[in-house]
Amino acid sequence: MTVLTFTLALFGTSIIAGLLGALTGLGGGVVVVPVLALLFHVDIRYAIGASLVSVIATSSGAAAAYVREGFSNIRIGMFLEIATTLGALVGAFLTAMVSTKAIGIVFGIVLLYSAVASFRGHHEDVAPQHTGGLADRLRLEGEYPAEGGLKAYVAQRVPAGFGIMFLAGGLSGLLGIGSGAVKVLAMDQAMRLPFKVSTTTSNFMIGVTAAASAGVYISHGYILPSLAMPVMLGVLGGSLIGSRILIRARVSTLRLLFAIVIVALGVEMIYSSLSGRL
Amino acid sequence: MADPIQKHAPTAEQDQRLEVAIAMLLRTGVVFAAILVAIGGVMTLRHPEATVPNYKIFYAPGAAASAAPANTAMHSIAGVFRHLRDGSGASIIALGLLVLIATPIARVVFAVIGFAREHDSLYTVISLIVLAILVFSVVHGR
Repeated sequence: MTVLTFTLALFGTSIIAGLLGALTGLGGGVVVVPVLALLFHVDIRYAIGASLVSVIATSSGAAAAYVREGFSNIRIGMFLEIATTLGALVGAFLTAMVSTKAIGIVFGIVLLYSAVASFRGHHEDVAPQHTGGLADRLRLEGEYPAEGGLKAYVAQRVPAGFGIMFLAGGLSGLLGIGSGAVKVLAMDQAMRLPFKVSTTTSNFMIGVTAAASAGVYISHGYILPSLAMPVMLGVLGGSLIGSRILIRARVSTLRLLFAIVIVALGVEMIYSSLSGRL
Repeated sequence: MADPIQKHAPTAEQDQRLEVAIAMLLRTGVVFAAILVAIGGVMTLRHPEATVPNYKIFYAPGAAASAAPANTAMHSIAGVFRHLRDGSGASIIALGLLVLIATPIARVVFAVIGFAREHDSLYTVISLIVLAILVFSVVHGR
């Protein structure tokens, strides 16, 4: 295959990954890495390097749109970034210590989890409860635009949320993904933040989390410019198109389709890792 | 609701202004990075008939340069700037990727300044901790 065909095929695939990632809220990284590893036969370390770069681009590129809606909470995001960036550092260093087989298996499990998580309903918004704990001292609260005016919220179970965020950062650093599904789990399920606040703040945090892994990735030689180029431009373009469509389209059918793709990739990742082909 | 904590909290309007400014910074960084990466990409494809390097083989940093694929990985930030003198497409892509990685770091710097100007010492310190972690990573990749 010539460089031109390879690059164009990669670019096209990345556009689709970015598009689906934006429409389902899972991000492009979870698709790009297995596709690069399984279809394009790229070493998984180069694949996670290219994916990490595209994750930073998508998160930063979409931030402007989210901020204008007034949902994201910069304080909650910044506080939790202590956990995600520390986790990301640990995860990024781990990539050099564990086998590619182990990375592949963990990746497969995260794919299967993401597919399940994309269907889980979110909790009903609870009335704000000031418990006098960490949330109050750190002012982890805010208001968001809802039907009938602004609604107030306060973070619950802050230590649990912080802990899950550390895990989310670790997975991001180990797998080169945004791990938005785990971040939303921490904010929506553990900290009981409104769903819209969770998803938009999560997106805001993904870029900073990924940047914490980037320095380590560079020093390990995971980031290949020739590979990162089509992946970054493709995922970024695809996710920008995706976020435009999102406003109009009914996503339930698409979400089902994407979940099937994710499950198939997850099973294939685990199988390939176990049979030593990765 | 009379909440003693509320009176120290900056107004939502102040926060919103800070967030919009940060979001604009992020978008500018991404657009600039994408342009550099695209320019570098076009330059590397000037020889479109070249065969694809074998990406299945991973070359750890320090491996013999001759063994590495034609388009070698970024191994250090300093290396990216050294290679810029060659004027190769790959070096322009690498520069674009560095701009991209710097964008979220700049966002945290921006937040530190924003919180400091709002006299929010707690969140100035929290942002500084995040910044310290990011700087540690960058220094590692230097």
